[in-house]
Amino acid sequence: MTEKMNIVEAINAALHDEMEENEDVIVYGEDVGEDGGVFRATKELQEEFGEERCFSSPLAESGIAGTAIGMSLYGFNPVVEMQFSGFSYLAFHQIKEHAARFRMRSRGDYTSPITVRAPYGGGINALEHHQESPETFFAHSKGIHTVIPSTPQDAYSLLRKSIQKEDPVMFLEPKKTYRAFKEEVDRDKKVELNDCRIAQEGNDLTLISWGAMIPLAEEAAEEVDADIEIIDVRTIQPNDYDEIVESIEKTGRAAILHEDSKTGGMGGDIAGKLQEDAILHMEAPVERITAPDVPYPLYTLEEEYMPDKDQVVNGIREVLEF
Amino acid sequence: MREEVYSGSIQRIEVMGTDDDDDFPWVEEDEYRELYKQMVLARKFDEKAFSLQRRGEISTYAPHKGQEAAQIGAMFALDEDDWMAPSFRETAAFIARGAPLDKIFQRWMGDANGQAGLSEMNTLPVAIPVGTQNLHTAGIGMAMEKKGDENAVLGFTGDGSTSQGDFHESLNFSGVYNAHSIFFVQNNQYAISMPREKQTKSETIAQKALAYGIDGIQVDGNDILAVIKAVEEALEKARSGEPVLIEAETYRLEDHTTSDDSTRYRDEEEVEEWSKKDPLKRFKEYLKDHGIWTDELEEFEEEAENRIDEAAQKAIEMDDPDIEELFDYVYGDNPDLIEKQKEQWMEAQK
Ligand SMILES: Cc1ncc(C[n+]2csc(CCOP(=O)(O)OP(=O)(O)O)c2C)c(N)n1
Repeated sequence: MTEKMNIVEAINAALHDEMEENEDVIVYGEDVGEDGGVFRATKELQEEFGEERCFSSPLAESGIAGTAIGMSLYGFNPVVEMQFSGFSYLAFHQIKEHAARFRMRSRGDYTSPITVRAPYGGGINALEHHQESPETFFAHSKGIHTVIPSTPQDAYSLLRKSIQKEDPVMFLEPKKTYRAFKEEVDRDKKVELNDCRIAQEGNDLTLISWGAMIPLAEEAAEEVDADIEIIDVRTIQPNDYDEIVESIEKTGRAAILHEDSKTGGMGGDIAGKLQEDAILHMEAPVERITAPDVPYPLYTLEEEYMPDKDQVVNGIREVLEF
Repeated sequence: MREEVYSGSIQRIEVMGTDDDDDFPWVEEDEYRELYKQMVLARKFDEKAFSLQRRGEISTYAPHKGQEAAQIGAMFALDEDDWMAPSFRETAAFIARGAPLDKIFQRWMGDANGQAGLSEMNTLPVAIPVGTQNLHTAGIGMAMEKKGDENAVLGFTGDGSTSQGDFHESLNFSGVYNAHSIFFVQNNQYAISMPREKQTKSETIAQKALAYGIDGIQVDGNDILAVIKAVEEALEKARSGEPVLIEAETYRLEDHTTSDDSTRYRDEEEVEEWSKKDPLKRFKEYLKDHGIWTDELEEFEEEAENRIDEAAQKAIEMDDPDIEELFDYVYGDNPDLIEKQKEQWMEAQK
């Protein structure tokens, strides 16, 4: 049975279904209880499952992540919320140095199967630090999965999978598209982590992206007179990116689109992978369409900062015309 | 054997309507009027910012309605060479500090240029992450001590922020290094939807100071005279290397921000109860009772409205920053990489 949902609704449904299925799943974070979270992603969970299983925590990101680790070591399966990913840095130490390492440190005796959810990314005219795209920080933290869905179905299925995983997962939610569109979500559909998704098939160029940039990629692809394949990366790391290599073997050309800035962004890693594994199939250098290497600005300059359709179209054309 | 090795207590300061008021006048009559005017300006700013948000000129606004006495009282006590470190709700404090109204609007309208020039007033720009700025307050206070200066720094923070590790580290550093720091917690009873009783189990926030060996005091934050008294006392200590934590008990009469709906987590009765203690109304009555009220103050409402409207208009008419400003101020001396990207971005705009 399917049901139309937007991304936030899909996240809410995934949390609901996991809580129903497994009573060790608990949900907490700032304002997630009574208020249902500032984006309503945890709406009504407290009403349905009680304060023991869904509650607002004190305002302390390191506290939230660190206690979730402790709870997970003692048998719970916490799904905690960072109100905005720009504030996850206060919890970064706990996530990177502890959650990510318990399994290795204890030679497999302990795991920390926490899921840390955080709305991320820009484009909503928010205040400073509410717009960051911190995926590479987490991608660089080995031992955790960093997942970014771009559709309601993936938001639902990937979140359920993330919660079920015996590893820590950083689940970044593209908040610009939280409510942008609805689609049919099949609650029985399972999706594996660590794989890409072919969002659109094509033969002339592979456009690689994730999160809120996927709809932009689709719009831009319509605009160019070529047959564009769009790959939604979905799991930033770990991911062997083999689907991308396969796609390049077919199209011979690649462009990468992300809203994080260029230097140190995941685009560089993907381009590196392509030059290692697909260079002989490539007919043009890989183009990276990204934000510039500056801090995310206050919102009057936000449009200039974030990649827009023209930039993507121009980027694609450059690769096609090389 | 057992013996008590420590016990502590916390005092609360109130002035208006108490015996302490016998010391009237606390400050010059003109100063009373000036304080009132600042409160009116701050209140009008809030109202205007709300309507600008509804009109789409401001994206998100964090109102301070109900907290004017806390912010303006605290700033009044400071001298020019004292420093101020705000969090994100301190618009009234900025007004009291003398920041140009149009600049304050400009920042709320998403243009960082509204924050230019703050160093001239020993004031830091707004800190959006909750609680992190307390460590800057501690550090500035440590620097004052090391340099042998006789000034102090007052940092604003919220009740929610007292759960953050950074807050506790700030108190600890300040205590250990005799920082000239005052931590001014506006306990406005909520951190978004989180009521103060669920934020921390301690009975007062002021008592958190005791664990760090520094002074803690509670003050009625809706009583501007009590706030001034508390901060003046704290300044005396802080200036000689004894940091102080002040808990100003107040109430946020509005939503957390323009994206919030406070009816989801608090009831009308509670808001009504606190409305009776609205610091602006209370101060007005106080001034009337003490014969300080003048016609000029009555008329100031309109003047304040005009000044706020003008400032808002000026901010609206200001040009948005140029794209090149994205790349300015990232480094003092822009590396080639950034200069190249700047050219590319400007080229692409043509
Ligand atoms: C580190 C961090 N976490 C979360 C947020 C989101 N947030 C903004 S304000 C706020 C509540 C702050 O409460 P409090 O410290 O009491 O200050 P108040 O808003 O009441 O003035 C939260 C959770 C943030 N800005 N920074």
